[in-house]
Amino acid sequence: MNAETNAARRFLQGFVRSIVPVLLALIVASLIMLAIGSSPTEFLAGVLKYGITGSNWQRSLALMSPLLIVAVGLIVAFRGQLWNLGYNGQYLLGAVVASGLGPILFGKMPAALATIIIFIVAVLAGAVWSLVPAILKARYGTNEIITSLVMSSIAVGVVNLLIKGIFKDPKVTTPQTPVVSDSNLLPFIPGTQIHIGFVIAILLAVVAQFVLTRTSFGLRVDVFGASPKAARHVGLNSTWMVILLFAISSGLIAFAGSIDILGQFSYQRADWSPRYGDSVMPLVFLARFRPVAAIPFVAFYAVLATGGTLAAQQAGLNVDFLLVIVGLILLFMTITEYIGDRRRLGQSYLPQGLRRSLRLPLRNKSEGTAA
Amino acid sequence: MSEMLSAAFITVFIATVISQSMPLMLAAVGETIGEQAGVLNLGIEGVMLVGAYAGFVATLVSGSFWIGMLAGALGGAVANLAMLVLNVWLGLNQIVIGLAVTLIGEGITTVLYLQNYSKSSANLGQQPKLLIPGLGDIPIIGPALFQQSGIFWVLILLLLGLAFSLARTNWGLSTRSAGQKPSSLDAAGGSVVKTRSIAVVVSGVLVGLGGAYLSLLTTATFSPFLTNGLGFIAIVITMLSRGRIVVVMITSLVYGLTVAIGPALQVVGFTVPADIIKMLPFIIVIIMLIVFARSSVVPPALGSSYVRGAR
Repeated sequence: MNAETNAARRFLQGFVRSIVPVLLALIVASLIMLAIGSSPTEFLAGVLKYGITGSNWQRSLALMSPLLIVAVGLIVAFRGQLWNLGYNGQYLLGAVVASGLGPILFGKMPAALATIIIFIVAVLAGAVWSLVPAILKARYGTNEIITSLVMSSIAVGVVNLLIKGIFKDPKVTTPQTPVVSDSNLLPFIPGTQIHIGFVIAILLAVVAQFVLTRTSFGLRVDVFGASPKAARHVGLNSTWMVILLFAISSGLIAFAGSIDILGQFSYQRADWSPRYGDSVMPLVFLARFRPVAAIPFVAFYAVLATGGTLAAQQAGLNVDFLLVIVGLILLFMTITEYIGDRRRLGQSYLPQGLRRSLRLPLRNKSEGTAA
Repeated sequence: MSEMLSAAFITVFIATVISQSMPLMLAAVGETIGEQAGVLNLGIEGVMLVGAYAGFVATLVSGSFWIGMLAGALGGAVANLAMLVLNVWLGLNQIVIGLAVTLIGEGITTVLYLQNYSKSSANLGQQPKLLIPGLGDIPIIGPALFQQSGIFWVLILLLLGLAFSLARTNWGLSTRSAGQKPSSLDAAGGSVVKTRSIAVVVSGVLVGLGGAYLSLLTTATFSPFLTNGLGFIAIVITMLSRGRIVVVMITSLVYGLTVAIGPALQVVGFTVPADIIKMLPFIIVIIMLIVFARSSVVPPALGSSYVRGAR
C-alpha cells in the first residue's frame, strides 16, 4: 500500500516536472512574440490547426518516426554520460546513404532487399563516423562534445560533396540526388498516409526501454554512466563501452536519416539539414532518458514542428523561432529540477540518512507503531 | 606562381588571416577565462551571435563602429547572464544551460534579423583605418598589419593585458584557483562564487566582442547563423591551449591561416570546391585533436559547481 502510493506520487512528480517546463517555455515564448509584435494566440491556434486537424495529424505522426529514432539514439549515449552531439552530421550521413544508394540499388534488386541493404550501410556509416570521438574519449579522455561536433561539421561537408559529385542527378541543374520512385519508398500503414517507419520507431523505443532497464547490458550502461571508475573496478571494459555506446547511438541516428529519406523525402538536396537532434535533445532530458517516456514528448514536438512551420509564417515569424522555444524548455527544465530538488530536500544540507533518522522519532509519535 | 608572390596578394592574404582569426581569438580568450575559473560555457556560439547582432544594430543606428563594439560587449555579457545565474549561483547543469543559450541565441537573432532587415540587406561598409606613422609605410606588411582599424589595436592591447593579468596578478591567481581547487580558494578567504561570477562576465564581454568583430569588421554585415560553428572551434582551441592566453592567440592565427588559404588558392588558379574550404578548418581541428590529444588539459574542477563542505 505504502509502496503503491509512493510509486504514484513519484509518477505524479515526474509528470509535473516534465509538463511545467513546457508550459513555462510556451508562456515566455508568447511574451517574446508579443514583444516583437506577433500574435501568440494566432501562432498557437495555427499550430493546432496545421498540426492536428484534418489529415494533418498523419503528417505529424510521419514526422515522429525520425524524431523518435534520433531520441532513442541520444538516450543510449546520454545514459552512459556520453554527450554525443554530432547528431546533425550522423543524420545526414544516413540520409545520403539512402538517397545516394537508393536510385542505384532499386533498379537492380527487389525493393525489400535494397531497403535492408541501405539500412545496414546507413547504420554502419554512422557507427564508423563515431569512432574518432569514441576512441579519443576512451584513450585520452578528450571531451566528446567537441569532437563529435567537429566530426559533424566535417560530415556535413562530405555529404554536400557526395550530393554535388557522384550522387548528383544529372538531369537537373540544382545539386540534388535522383528521386526514389514512389513504388520503392517504404509502404504506408494500411488506410493512412503514415509510412511504416512510424511502427519501426515505436518498436525501437519499446525494445530500447526493455534493454536499458531490464537487462544486464542496461545495468552496465547505468553503472558506467554513474561512474566510469567504479565500472572499471567491477570489471567493465570502459574503452569498449565508450566505443559501443557511441556506435549504437550514432548508428541509430544515421538510421533515422535513411528512414526519413525512404519514407518521406525520396531525394536529398545539398545544404539541406533538418537539425532534428537540436529539438529532440531537450525532450530526451524531459523524458529522463527513458525511451518509452520520450514517445509523448516527441509527439508533442512533432505537432509543434508540423503546425509551427506554417503557423510561424502566418504569425509573421521565422521557423527558427522554434529553436527559441526549445532552448526555453531546456532552461525551465533545469530550473524546475532545481526547485523540485530543493523542496524534496526540505532546504536542508543534512545527508539523507541523517535526516531520516532525525524525522523517525517524530513520525513514530504521531503515527503510533503502525510500521 | 608569380601572382602568389606579388606584394598586393600577400598584403591581402595577411589582412584576411587577421580579420578571420580576430573573432575566434576574442571568443577563445573569453572561453579560456571562463574555463580557468571552472565554468565550461558551451553557449558561446549563441553568445557570439547575440554580440554580433547587437553590434550590427548599434552600428547601423549610431553610425559608429566603436559604439557597435560596446553594444556587442554588452550583448555578450547579458547573454552570459543565464550562465551566471543558473550555473554559478544555483549550480545547475552547465551542459544543458550552455546548449539552451546556444539554441536561444541562434533562434532569437535569426528571427529578429529576418523581421527587421530581411528586405534590405544592410552593409556597414569600411570602418576608418588607423595609419600608424612610419610602420604603415613598410611595403607588404605595412598595409596589411599597420593600417588596421583602431578597434583592432585596442582589442590586441586588451588581450595582452588579460594574458598578463591571468598569469601574474592576484585576480588571475584566484580565477585559476577557482578552477583548480575551489575549496582552497574558499579556505584562503576568497569567494568562489564571486570569482567565478567575475570570470563569467569578463568571458561574456570578450565573446560578445568577438561576435561584434565578426559582424562589424570581418563580414561588415549580419546574416542568420553568421558564426557557423566558430564558438565550438573556440572551445577546442581553449582545450588545446592549456589556459595560456598567448597560446590561444597564436592557435587562433593558425586557424585564420587555414581559412585564408582557400580563397588564396582560388586566386592563384586552383579551383577548390567551396565545401572543402568550409570543411578545412574542422579537418585541421580534428587532426590537431588527434595529434595533441594527450596534451589537452582542462582544469580539474571544470564543469562542477562548488558546494561548500561537499566531498
